[in-house]
This record gives sequence, C-alpha cells and structure tokens, in this order.
Amino acid sequence: MIELILPAVASCIIAFFVVFLMTPPLIKFLGKRNLAVKDVNKKEDVMVVRPGGPSIIVGIIASEIVLYAFLQLNEILAIIITTSAAFVIGYIDDRKVMGGWFKPVALAFAAIPIIALGAYDSNLAFPLFGTVQIPVLYLALIVFMIPITGNTINSIDVLNGVASGFMVIASFSLSICLFIVQNYEIAIVSLPLGFVSLAFYKYHKVPSKIFPGDSGALTFGAMYGTIAIVGGVEILAAIVLLPAVINSFLFLSSVKRIVEHRQVKGKPVEHTDDFLLKATDDKTAPVTLVRLILAGGPLSEKQVGFTIFKLAIFSGILAIITAFMMTGVSL
Amino acid sequence: MKFGLFGFLFGMWILILVGGGIVVTILGPISVSGFGEFDLFIGSIIKAVVAIILVVIWILILSKLKNLIFKKEIKS
Repeated sequence: MIELILPAVASCIIAFFVVFLMTPPLIKFLGKRNLAVKDVNKKEDVMVVRPGGPSIIVGIIASEIVLYAFLQLNEILAIIITTSAAFVIGYIDDRKVMGGWFKPVALAFAAIPIIALGAYDSNLAFPLFGTVQIPVLYLALIVFMIPITGNTINSIDVLNGVASGFMVIASFSLSICLFIVQNYEIAIVSLPLGFVSLAFYKYHKVPSKIFPGDSGALTFGAMYGTIAIVGGVEILAAIVLLPAVINSFLFLSSVKRIVEHRQVKGKPVEHTDDFLLKATDDKTAPVTLVRLILAGGPLSEKQVGFTIFKLAIFSGILAIITAFMMTGVSL
Repeated sequence: MKFGLFGFLFGMWILILVGGGIVVTILGPISVSGFGEFDLFIGSIIKAVVAIILVVIWILILSKLKNLIFKKEIKS
C-alpha cells in the first residue's frame, strides 16, 4: 500500500496540471480557428470554443503512462487504449455530424482492447448476495458497457460545467468505492480521472470558456466504464452514475428510439424573459432530467447544475454504502 | 420535484439491490451438462436469455415507478 503513494501522488499532479495548463492555449487555438458554437443559454450572443477533448485525453494519457511505469498493469493499457479510441470517435463526431448509431457501434469496438488484454474478471459482484460467474455473458457486458457509459456522460453535457462537474463527483466516488473493496491498485489508477475532470471544470463551469464536445464527454465516459470493468465494480459504477442513467432512461422512454439530441424537434427547455431556464409545455419534447428539475419552476443554469451535483453526491453516498455492503455483509 | 428525483434515485438503488439478489440466486446456479464442449456455451445462452428477461422486467418496473413519482410533471 505504502509503495503506491508515490505513483498515486505523481499521477494526480500530472493529471491536474496537464489539463489546467494545456486548456488555456487550447482555448486560444480553437478561438483563432473559429471553432466555436453559440452558448444557447446566455442572453447575449456568447460564442464558446469546442472541443476540449484534446486537453482531457493528453492529461489522462500522461498520468496513466506515469502509473504504468510504476505498476505495469494490463488494466492501465486497457484504460489508455479504450479511452484514446473513445476520444477519436468523439473527435470525428465533433468535426463531422454522424448518425445516431455511429457512437454506440464505434464505442463497442473501442471496448475490444479490454477483452484482448484480458483486463477483466468475469465474476460479477453484487452487494449482500455475493458474485455470479458469467464467463461468456460478461464479454457482452464489456462490449455494451463502454457505449453506455460514454453516451450517458455525453447526454448530460447540456449545461455549462455539468459533464465535468458530474465526473468529478462520480469518479472520486468510484475511487472511494474501489478503496473500500480493497482494490487499491485500480483505485489509484482511477484517481487521475477525477483530477482531469476537476482541472477541466475550472474552464467549463458557468460561464464556460470551453465545451468538452463529444471528444471530451466520450473520453470521460469511456474511461469511467473501463475503470468499472477492470476494477470489478460494475454495479457500484452504475449506482454512482444513476442521475445520468435517469436522464438517458427518461429520454429514451419518451423518444422510444436511439437518436441524437440534435435530431429531436421538440425542445424540453426554454427561457424566461430574464433568461432563466424553464420547462416547456411542448408535448413532442423529450422528458429529460433538466426538464424534471425545472418542473418546479424556472431556475438559473447554475442552480440546475448544482441540483444535478446534489443528485450525483446522493448517488455517490448510495454507492459507498453499497461498497461497504459488498465487503462486510453476505446473505 | 427535487424530493421526487431523490426518491426515484433511491427506488432505482433498491431495485439494483433486489435485482442483484435475483441474479445471484437465479443465474448463479444455472449449469448445463451432457453437451460436452458446448456445456459452457449453452449455459451462457440460457443465462443471457434469463438476464435479458430480468432487465426487461427491471425497465418495466422502473417505468411504473417513473410514472408514479413524476405523474404530474410528465403530463404537463
């Protein structure tokens, strides 16, 4: 355990400062190339550059390479390769609008390195009841898991700071869970995700200076999903992610098909005269987490974001309780 | 509304815990013999079918729970 402290500290410092220092020049670079979109939730015509994925992926790769130098785990290679593939998929979608099926199918292929490197354990651990062995079925679970986590994080990237802020809470909660279940090496491998998200949040929070884009959101989601698999904490990871899962579930159950958000005609949210967010009465609009939060009345973008963060903290606490159930109690 | 979302989250958590119990008690013991080298493959197919049925049931219960908690908001 003691020998893990140095790589943990080194990788966390690198993860944070690479993103913290690299994002401002990236903002300037993207600004010069006019790679900006209108921030639709601002009264004035505010343009925000995107994508922030390049600084996120560099932070992740740099910190994980440092960890690999110390630990030499196949799990770290799986994280680097799968997350990099997810970044490329997201970057393609950032530059060229692809169909609704592109990302799920491409992300399923991005999961293959996890299987090829054997960086998984086919025992699925549940709280209270123990584990179940599903050797063949687990391979399908891996292939499904990365598209689900990638697109789930992408689907909550709707307001300033929400995707990165949510990832800060979710990834640190997952790291705590990994420490509780005594998977110390993967717990340390997971820490850079939290620090990368934290550094990016500095520029993504209200008012955003940069958006992560699909390349950033898919990078966050794919790394999170890969950590869940290589750490054997799939159920705990799902619990932490519940607020985002609710969003995807509400969206899919109201739209009833897999479709890009931009392809949906009805708008779930509109603005009041003083530019607060409010839920629309549009019957064709999908039900989303933000729309449900706004059902109680108009709120500012910041207030909606903080409500989502409170939900994320609540899920994180439920996951930590579940982690204790997995270590201490078995029926 | 905000309490409703926390309640829905809590409901999902309970469903995961209960679902986990069902998976371990139903899926865990399933094993097939008598098909030689195909035992594992056939056993996995049966497990996959049962798992899909359980997931569908989980989603249906979740939909009911959603309608129950967010009845007013979804209608508006």
